[in-house]
Amino acid sequence: MLILECPCCGVKADETELQAGGEAHLKRYGPGSTDEEFDGYMFSRKNPKGVHFERWRHAYGCGKWFLAARCTATLEVFGTYPAQTSAPPADLQAKIKQKRPNWEGYK
Amino acid sequence: MSKAVSALGGVSHTGFVDVAEAGLRGMITVRGDLASAKMKKAVKAATGTAVPAARRIELNGDKGAAWMSPDELLILVPYDEAVATVEVLEKALAGEHHLVADVSDARSVFTVKGAKASEALMKLCPVDFETLAEGEIRRTRAAQVAAAFWESGADEFTLVSFRSVAGYVMGLLEVSARKGGEVFPA
Amino acid sequence: MSTRLQKGGRLIDRSRAMSFTFNGRKMQGYAGDTLASALLGADQMLVGRSFKYHRPRGIMSSGAEEPNALVGLGEGGRFEPNQRTTTTELFDGAVTASQNHWPSLEFDVGAINDKFYRFLPAGFYYKTFMFPRFAWKHVFEPFIRQSAGLGKVPHARDEDRYEYAYAFADLVIVGGGIAGLAAALAAGKQGKRVWLIEQTAHWGGRAVVDGVQIQGQEADEWVTETLQALEGMENVTLRARTMASGLYDHGYLLMYERIADHTPGDGRPRHRLWRMRAGHIVTATGAIERPLSFAGNDIPGVMLASAVRDYVVNWAVSPGDRTVIVTNNDDAYRTALALLDAGLAVPAVIDARPEAKGDLPEAVRARGVKVLEGKGIAKVKGGKRVTGVSVCLQAGEGAELETIDCDAVAMSGGWSPVVHLWSHCGGKLNWDDKQAMFRPDPNRPATGADGEAMVTAIGSANGHLTAADVLDDAHKAVGGKGAAPGAVCATEAPIMPVWIMPQGAGPALRFKMWLDPQNDVKVSDIQLAAREGYESVEHAKRYTTLGMATDQGKISNINGLAVLSDALNQAIPATGTTTFRPPYTPISMGAIAGEARGEIFQPLRKTPMHDWHEVHGAHWEPVGHWRRAYCFLRTGEGVHDAVNREIRQVRNSVGLLDASTLGKILVKGPDAGKFLDMLYTNMMSTLPVGKCRYGLMCNENGFLSDDGVVVRLSEDTWLCHTTTGGADRIHGWMEDWLQCEWWDWKVYTANVTEQYAQVAIAGPNARKLLDKLGGMDLSKEALPFMEWREGTLGGFRARVHRISFSGELSFEVAVPASEGRAFWEALIAAGEEFGVMPYGTEAMHIMRAEKGFIMIGDETDGTVIPQDLNLQWAISKKKEDYLGKRAHERSFMASPERWKLVGLETLDGGLIPDGAYAVADGHNANGQRNVQGRVTSTYYSPTLDKGIAMGLVKHGPDRMGEVIDFPVDDGKVVKARIVDPVFYDKDGEKQNV
Ligand SMILES: [Zn+2]
Repeated sequence: MLILECPCCGVKADETELQAGGEAHLKRYGPGSTDEEFDGYMFSRKNPKGVHFERWRHAYGCGKWFLAARCTATLEVFGTYPAQTSAPPADLQAKIKQKRPNWEGYK
Repeated sequence: MSKAVSALGGVSHTGFVDVAEAGLRGMITVRGDLASAKMKKAVKAATGTAVPAARRIELNGDKGAAWMSPDELLILVPYDEAVATVEVLEKALAGEHHLVADVSDARSVFTVKGAKASEALMKLCPVDFETLAEGEIRRTRAAQVAAAFWESGADEFTLVSFRSVAGYVMGLLEVSARKGGEVFPA
Repeated sequence: MSTRLQKGGRLIDRSRAMSFTFNGRKMQGYAGDTLASALLGADQMLVGRSFKYHRPRGIMSSGAEEPNALVGLGEGGRFEPNQRTTTTELFDGAVTASQNHWPSLEFDVGAINDKFYRFLPAGFYYKTFMFPRFAWKHVFEPFIRQSAGLGKVPHARDEDRYEYAYAFADLVIVGGGIAGLAAALAAGKQGKRVWLIEQTAHWGGRAVVDGVQIQGQEADEWVTETLQALEGMENVTLRARTMASGLYDHGYLLMYERIADHTPGDGRPRHRLWRMRAGHIVTATGAIERPLSFAGNDIPGVMLASAVRDYVVNWAVSPGDRTVIVTNNDDAYRTALALLDAGLAVPAVIDARPEAKGDLPEAVRARGVKVLEGKGIAKVKGGKRVTGVSVCLQAGEGAELETIDCDAVAMSGGWSPVVHLWSHCGGKLNWDDKQAMFRPDPNRPATGADGEAMVTAIGSANGHLTAADVLDDAHKAVGGKGAAPGAVCATEAPIMPVWIMPQGAGPALRFKMWLDPQNDVKVSDIQLAAREGYESVEHAKRYTTLGMATDQGKISNINGLAVLSDALNQAIPATGTTTFRPPYTPISMGAIAGEARGEIFQPLRKTPMHDWHEVHGAHWEPVGHWRRAYCFLRTGEGVHDAVNREIRQVRNSVGLLDASTLGKILVKGPDAGKFLDMLYTNMMSTLPVGKCRYGLMCNENGFLSDDGVVVRLSEDTWLCHTTTGGADRIHGWMEDWLQCEWWDWKVYTANVTEQYAQVAIAGPNARKLLDKLGGMDLSKEALPFMEWREGTLGGFRARVHRISFSGELSFEVAVPASEGRAFWEALIAAGEEFGVMPYGTEAMHIMRAEKGFIMIGDETDGTVIPQDLNLQWAISKKKEDYLGKRAHERSFMASPERWKLVGLETLDGGLIPDGAYAVADGHNANGQRNVQGRVTSTYYSPTLDKGIAMGLVKHGPDRMGEVIDFPVDDGKVVKARIVDPVFYDKDGEKQNV
């Protein structure tokens, strides 16, 4: 039962107020893409034990999607940030690197 | 407009606090740039209040404006004024990307009154009432459905839900407010 | 015998006698009693039978760890099985009954198992109940059903109510002993929001029983004063009768408050489940005494030493007149002193240690009690209660040295910190060899959202066993200022671990040494498991069921894994513990359900006309959380007849459908057209204002996800209708794309589903009916098919759409939801001359099937693409992209071998069962018949008076007229001809008038 702070409204939301949305920062591949690209977009997901970036919606609150960086093993939350970005913010990446020196970094 | 009736016809129950369906209320969803000059004017014209800051509700008599999300407000007016207020807002926001929708009939409004009002709500909503700021509107869930509430007076909360689940919400409130269920008995 | 003492009893109020019954026998106790103390006070030593062998069992403990003394409590709507008598407060009129016996507690047939114990070892069920097969039904299963199961299932509806409460705190301290109190006092002074909870009705824990001195006061007085100080702090909340059931991620703590268990029927909720979010959790949960494993240690009258003195001190109950103490530590000598103080006899203290010379043993010797050093109990004598013990050398094999007559045995094998909460969320343990216990490793706590420790263990729960250490630990752990409250207590000599008594006991003795008395697991079972290769503690647990009973092995786990370690010849930490899982003690199903029962079990969504439908015979069907009328039953009418009547009415005159549940989503903005072109397979940007268009939505996999009519309201505004189940989902889908992918597009959406009541007025007389209401020109010219107009209809603000899902002339009218009921009644009144009647979802489904219209969820199942349903016409060829387009280009999606939609007509006019498969020649790799299609919708059509169906068939559209076989039950085959799916009014003349 996580608590995630919604970056859009500031509520420290209970997991029951949220809707999980899977991996963040997927790049959409539409018509014209190769089978490999489309397969990667549709079906291939990271499943790390450790640092993970994921999508959450503040469904019972402001209704906005946001992104969270979280450790899947300890459930430590490194930070949440707005969804309108294609990669995690640099300062958040630096913070994670500091807390998890062995993290291979965002790819 | 006698044809228009609220979902539960104003039913009420008395427990350790009083819970009641508050009847019809004009409500208008406004989406747009909350920081724009036109939005300020539009809200002022509709309710006489300022554009509320994040998670705040600005009240002015029987009118008000509540912050729902970074690009959405809920405008509160008397039910009979909703249609006219939609026009006021549309006019004020013309030329700017926005959406105005009358949702007066899509909602049900409840009041929870009494010194222990928060004790009825804390059984249903995962909300820290002790840190709820004055003038804060909290969107959350009440048991299994979406709800929003604010402190609408001394010892009084107003709670809004979708209309279709009005009976469910009243059931929740009635059970939660039953005598003997005080969470912090004196 | 056990009896009530003439004086004493800290917790009982002798002026308030309470009567109760046990197995129908009337007994008496006092206010402040637990059921266990009251039973013992009434000399009821035998309280139940064990699970497997049906051995007689008595009360063993005085708290949450009790394995034996479970009863059925209450009657009717307040009956509940498996209530622990040691944690159940006595109330006047309580009705209790023992469990697991037949025909009676005193004489039990199942106890014959006990005589055959050699044939019922661990794994017996797995090994025995295998063959022959028929024996399962006739021998094994009836036997197991007769003897298995703990307690009886309640039959009546629960009369009580239950609730949740959400709470938030900086610090929650679990356990109201002196550790918890001292920590709360120190933390409270720092201004933190502090909760202190205690699972029993009383504060002070063991210290008040053991009689320590704190800050120069008796522990009792110190506890009272500390409580007063805490009550005076506004930032501190105290809750007795509240048990921390489980700790979960991010400081989520479930707390189980037993509000009215001791005052049943007083109008309060029975239980409250607190859903606490704690910044930090302090576990001051104390420690649990371990039994010793000697033969006959389960006979009624053998109790934990701490429990014996609890009963004497707290409730003035003596478990026996002559109590033998058996121990491996100094603490148990306190029990001897308490018994002596109460004027009871202690014939001997049997101490397994070679030498017992500490303060406490000396104090006991000084009172004239003989202390037998280096000795153990070879065997307890007695059946339904203790009659004596035979003494042996602890280091020997059990040869009897002497027999001591007694009627109770108080045993102590040392203490185990209660580390459950500490461990629930990942806190790790260390083995403390000196104290022979697992205790929390402060360097490996459970961590919270910030990655820091979220739990701190203090006091006995942290492995401190003297009051002085406990207080010091508690005070410091919460950053208390100044010195911790000081305590004076006896110094204690070290414990000597004893896992089997005597050390060299042979098989005959080990067969009678109980580790887990509730699940009847013995030392010999664990040793057998080890021999058979169950070396992991988790495997041995499951094989033997050690610790899997309702007490979750609170007293048995450490002894069990020590025996396992010994059998594996490895150190205890190498074996490790089993996983601690919530709940700490069982919590009621009611508390888990909270308010969600009866009418508010789940949200029921109602349209504005719901109540009208209710009084007009609605036969409901659930559609998501909505209830929709399947049909409207008239007096004496069956469902089938009602549906046919409704269809005939629509086809011949006019009917009304409550379509309010359909999703309605506003989409507005300069980029709204572009956005909808991405969302729908067809083109929506070109839809002229004033018109409607049927549209399809696919997911990125290309599969059909929803459909509905899109309405162009103005230059920059569209209204998208979705299916009933799709409203929230599709709105969320739209917002997902707008917020997370195309966030630079200027589009706003609003879900206005519930703003409108929507009614379909369908049938040849639909226009005539609406014209009677008046106010709008609804002629063919003014409002052509697939267009909409706004206006005032009979005084109602209305948006009228000319769309048809039935194939008839049809209008869908949306009015404000608050006026929905009035509008509906106006339609009913105006339609009287046309015989107007409401129709339900089944009539709607059949009429659309007669027209060959697909239904999301019938023709689609998450694997069907629009092309499968011959809906190519609704897929824009002009668009470069739409959601699902790339997937449609995959080779499997473009394959001509995909099954496609056709109509199906049975040769005999009957029905094909829903979901039936059409077989093809040959068999697949599993020997099953090959298939070539399946039925997606099937109905009796009253319009055509025959069965009609739709289905997906391989190469279907190219096989018109062909007959295929649908095998159904009992070897029968339904033959059906492939036909056009449009069965009725193929040219659409009826809807276009
Ligand atoms: Zn939010």
